[in-house]
Amino acid sequence: MPFLVKRVASAVFVVFGAITLIFLVLNVLPGDPAVLVAGEGASPATIANIQAELGTNRPLGVQYGHYLWALAHGNLGTSFATNEPVASRIWAQFPPTLELTVSSCLIAILLGVSLGIVAAVRQDRWLDRLIQTVVLFLTSMPPFWIGILLILVFSVGLHWLPAMGSATVSQLILPSACLGFNITGQMERMVRGSVIEVLHEPFVATLRGKGLRELPILFNHVLRNALIPVITMLGLLIGQTLSGVVVVETLFARQGLGRLIVDALGVRDIPVLEGVVLFISIFYVFLNLLIDLSYAWIDRRVRN
Amino acid sequence: MSGHILKSTLLAVLGKASEPRERASSAPTSPSGKWRFRQHAAIIIPGIIIAFILLCAAAPGLVAPYGPTDMDDNAILAAPSWQHLLGTDQYGSDIATAIIYGARQSVLVAFGAILLGTAGGSLLGMAAGYRGGWIDTVSMRLIDIWISVPPMLLALIVAAALGGGFSSTVIAIASMLVPRFARIVRARVIGIKILPFIAAAQAMGASRLWILWRHVLPHTGSVILVLATLGVADAILIGAALSFIGLGVNPDQPDWGYLLSEGRNYLTDAWWYATFPGLAITLLAVSVNILGDALRRRTDPNGIRK
Repeated sequence: MPFLVKRVASAVFVVFGAITLIFLVLNVLPGDPAVLVAGEGASPATIANIQAELGTNRPLGVQYGHYLWALAHGNLGTSFATNEPVASRIWAQFPPTLELTVSSCLIAILLGVSLGIVAAVRQDRWLDRLIQTVVLFLTSMPPFWIGILLILVFSVGLHWLPAMGSATVSQLILPSACLGFNITGQMERMVRGSVIEVLHEPFVATLRGKGLRELPILFNHVLRNALIPVITMLGLLIGQTLSGVVVVETLFARQGLGRLIVDALGVRDIPVLEGVVLFISIFYVFLNLLIDLSYAWIDRRVRN
Repeated sequence: MSGHILKSTLLAVLGKASEPRERASSAPTSPSGKWRFRQHAAIIIPGIIIAFILLCAAAPGLVAPYGPTDMDDNAILAAPSWQHLLGTDQYGSDIATAIIYGARQSVLVAFGAILLGTAGGSLLGMAAGYRGGWIDTVSMRLIDIWISVPPMLLALIVAAALGGGFSSTVIAIASMLVPRFARIVRARVIGIKILPFIAAAQAMGASRLWILWRHVLPHTGSVILVLATLGVADAILIGAALSFIGLGVNPDQPDWGYLLSEGRNYLTDAWWYATFPGLAITLLAVSVNILGDALRRRTDPNGIRK
């Protein structure tokens, strides 16, 4: 129980910190939002008007207090561009991003775990070398370039899959492959390392000595131990995916939070930018909390 | 960074190469002790590629087949040929030339961000790790908050807040690297601080700064070097992503990410336009990753005999 309480308290603390950090970055760093909204060559009077409208001419402490007060009431502010509440825009755009995140993580887990196991079992043989080379390229390629290559091959060349949109399942395949491939590499490395480590533990030698065959050893004993640390890796992967949605949604002209961010950037819509980044960060913190808790539940040693 | 750190790090990196390795699987060691190409291939091949890219960045005029603003009206969106090895863009400009001239921006952004990120991360990590106590607690809590914003999003809001352009891109990428570096440097410093020679220096009355500079930093140097090398790849990728969504450096000096985003508009007519700038980014990132891995294997504290 103390572990649970401690972990939840620290997550709440981090969320509060993230709210403050994002507020500070967007309000304290040089670059007045009013100047950005007014555009280049605006007169000082226009800028002062916009400042009054946005409330950015008030002291920072007052702005921060108001911001927290509004957040406590679930109010993320109003979009500069459309005058809609930011919260409703986020809710409308969240489902497609969630779909994309889940499907690309599934691809990364399936591919990463299976490639990792194969590479570990065949450590230092040619198959392992091949997998390591592929993985090196996957982790070094910009995700949007992977996406462009996928579009060139499967949409432009073969006409198999659509390159644009986010309405149907077939439109989900290329973007999730693009993001999924990008994070497969890290997953594979983690799984490979973990399986190799467990394969060298004395209990595996004991099992071999007992005359058990390699496959039952691998599936019944080694993987059980080796895949536990991989769970913690999931948090990191989700962070990477949430980072990747910004470019991938733009590239594939999908709806979603990443697209919302890029659109907000284009028109300097600070409340939307602030709201979406905050929303994604909170989502990320609580997913990590869940992962940590489930990890403690699976592996009791962590609790102490 | 001062000379002795660089020297000790280089010695650690290169000196290890000739010693027999404990883990035979990581690289074959020649029994005769002779210098073999295969042994060093993981450093030489990426080294040559990186050197070539650095040459392009430093003196694009020497390498590029055309001038940066040359346009060929007879070759609008022309496919790769002997005249234009990597094809041309919508103005008939040579894409190979654009990539060579774009290297400078991409490389400068990555190196600037790495310098800033490594310096910031090392300072924070050393302060937290060596001082311990409340400074450590506070910095680690700050870092928890710092990494709670997914890296790309953090870089994005920092770049947006600073208004885009070269220096804001550099600061944005560095802001995402600092917390990660600080954590690793801190762990390393905590491991070093308990070693007897630190206690000896303290007993001799050495000041805290002197111990940090003369004893802790040289022993952390190899870790920082490896982090910096592997971080370059991340910096390149994030820099390209920022350019891709229009937040990067100036369009007057198009970098690789910008070329890629331009090429994206011509996917159906000109596959080469987006493919080759992306290939350049990948080639640089792969080379840097291989080099970083090779350096890590050679400076791994587990590989150094106690």
